[in-house]
Amino acid sequence: MEVLFFYLVALVAVISGVLVVTCRNPVNCALALVNTFFCLAIFYVMLHAPFMAAIQIMVYAGAIMVLIIFVIMLLNLGTISLRRYTHGVIWGSVLSALVLMLVVTVLNRGQTAGITGDITTAMVEKVGHTELIGRALFTDFLLPFEITSILLLVAIIGAVVLSKKEG
Amino acid sequence: MEHGITVHHYLVLSAILFSLGTFGVLTRKNAIVIFMCIELMLNSVNLTFIALSRHLGNMDGQVFVFFVMTVAAAEAAVGLALMITMYRNQESIEVDDINMLKW
Repeated sequence: MEVLFFYLVALVAVISGVLVVTCRNPVNCALALVNTFFCLAIFYVMLHAPFMAAIQIMVYAGAIMVLIIFVIMLLNLGTISLRRYTHGVIWGSVLSALVLMLVVTVLNRGQTAGITGDITTAMVEKVGHTELIGRALFTDFLLPFEITSILLLVAIIGAVVLSKKEG
Repeated sequence: MEHGITVHHYLVLSAILFSLGTFGVLTRKNAIVIFMCIELMLNSVNLTFIALSRHLGNMDGQVFVFFVMTVAAAEAAVGLALMITMYRNQESIEVDDINMLKW
């Protein structure tokens, strides 16, 4: 049952990914991308990471996509132009097929290696996923967390400076 | 893992999504669509991170997803500001029209 559900959601995710790449109108691309984000949020729930699913919907589907659609509306890109909207399709498809083949080969031949921890499903359900994330974020990853806040500050200032009227 | 869905399923799915994003970045002309394809690639990497984090029973991968999302938000803010500036100067955001540094 769960395998069937996985394949269904995976199919929807891949089809909306294809639509992101092939739609002529940028607004349709954005809507397909929101659909892909929701499918990925479903996968995060299936992987017992509910906090990540919530963040995925709030930050990606909520904040970033609203920003993108806002810019599409602002620049009035919704009107379909008659010019070609792609270039280099042959080389692009060859290269992306190569990437796919390479990754699948590595996946089939390789083995997962890495630092195994002690987080189990029972532990996630007992302690809570958010608390586990917060514990890791504020103990082991405190310095990257602080650097991230500086990155966000720089991005805010950069966006304001770039979009300011000259003069 | 349980229920017959292995980590391999998730990794293959994110490989497919990543190569779709690569295709979009390489072939589309509209800069905002290219940007959205980059977001698709970032998301497929996030799926890899969470699947492997679950597989290994380790929380570090999910913290990395957190950082990837932050970087994506910063990238969205700066990238879209760049596109607005570009549109103001060139009246277009097609990447073929951005050739002022070529000679």
